[in-house]
Amino acid sequence: MTTMTHEELESRMLDLLEDICLLDSMAAVELLVSIEDEFGVSIAPTEVPRNEMNTVNLIIEQVEKRMA
Amino acid sequence: MSFYSDASFFVVLAVIICGAAILGLSGRSLRGYGFCASVVMLVCLFLREPTQGMWAAAFLALACGCAQALMSRPKSKLLFVTTLLLTIAPLVAVKVCGAMSVASIGFIGISYLTFRAVQVLVETHDGLIERMSLLDYLYFVAFFPTFTSGPIDRSRRFVEDLHATRSRDEYAGMLGRGILLILAGMVYKMVIAAVLYGQYNPTAFVSTVPFHNELVHQVKTAYVYGLYLFFDFAGYSMMAMGAGYCLGVRVPRNFRAPFAAIDIRDFWNRWHITLSWWLRDFVFMRLARTMVRHHVFKGKKARLRTSQVAMVANMLLMGAWHGLTADYLLYGLYHGVLLAAFEWWSKTKFYKRHHMGVCYRLVSWFVTMQLVFLGFALFSGQISLIVRGA
Repeated sequence: MTTMTHEELESRMLDLLEDICLLDSMAAVELLVSIEDEFGVSIAPTEVPRNEMNTVNLIIEQVEKRMA
Repeated sequence: MSFYSDASFFVVLAVIICGAAILGLSGRSLRGYGFCASVVMLVCLFLREPTQGMWAAAFLALACGCAQALMSRPKSKLLFVTTLLLTIAPLVAVKVCGAMSVASIGFIGISYLTFRAVQVLVETHDGLIERMSLLDYLYFVAFFPTFTSGPIDRSRRFVEDLHATRSRDEYAGMLGRGILLILAGMVYKMVIAAVLYGQYNPTAFVSTVPFHNELVHQVKTAYVYGLYLFFDFAGYSMMAMGAGYCLGVRVPRNFRAPFAAIDIRDFWNRWHITLSWWLRDFVFMRLARTMVRHHVFKGKKARLRTSQVAMVANMLLMGAWHGLTADYLLYGLYHGVLLAAFEWWSKTKFYKRHHMGVCYRLVSWFVTMQLVFLGFALFSGQISLIVRGA
């Protein structure tokens, strides 16, 4: 975290749903499947409200919570 | 008694709201009261149709049994599939019988009841619902404000509302908002929609008058119908939401200025929201997830193709849910294809470069509205009337 630049930090907090329209429903599906493949963590489509998983930081947080 | 149209319904509703206001404003829980009110209302609903009432009771018993069984062994795939099929079977039977014009086990509200029951099953299997008391379950599926036509609430949110302790002020705010919503909904449904319905006059294409005049008449008919449909259903939804708020339940909103949508995806985030989001969460995303897991499509276009196929299937199901008739199925297919086409369009360089521009948004809004009203003409049967002729 300490080596992160200001820009990187900001991009980690960008709202992927609203600000840059990156995370549509299909992207959300791909994200959940990739998390499953990479970390063995299964998150159901309605498990996390969209506003709790819409920035890179929040996604990391949700995965870490389930790996702990 | 018909909900949200008979005078007797509003009289009983007013009495129920008075009771809720007394309890709520004195800081008491409305859970037991609201449940009893729902039972009374459902008895009134089915009073004139006792056979329907019997089927409704049988369905509630079946759905409840399925949910309780799955909650005892939530991870069992076999039990999940069995309970899911059992819960969906009555609705499928009703739709198939409806298409063949055969009397069946249908009752008012079965479509929406099925949605709520299925959501509980899927989320139980997903491990999101660990337990739900019998009272909470029955109250959720039989909640009278949304019983006949939605909005489709979600059980975890609903149960949270039932068990929330609200201060006098907080409840007073909900009550005030609820009453306003009921009144505004009445204006939508009983004044504006009623006037529009008076103007609605679908006819087959008449070839004896000039083509231009006939075209104007048909376009006007489609617009009148679309506006009528909006004011009728949005009005109903506001009243249902309002009645829910008075009982301490924040029923989700069903419409968000749909005619301001600038593209077709935007439209489905504004029109019958609880239905389209339910389908997105429980059909589209799961279907797409299965296809991604099994690599059904490969190569550079895999992502686009997966989402397009899942979208068309999703919307076809939406059409079938309205009824197994050519009009509804075509309506579903039409919107599925539009969404799939937009999925491709939204990946083009042109879209990415221009989609925030004022000109693009204006043109896109105009085109979207024409497509939306053409969709309503399919839905209402106007198109098939034109195709079939008089």
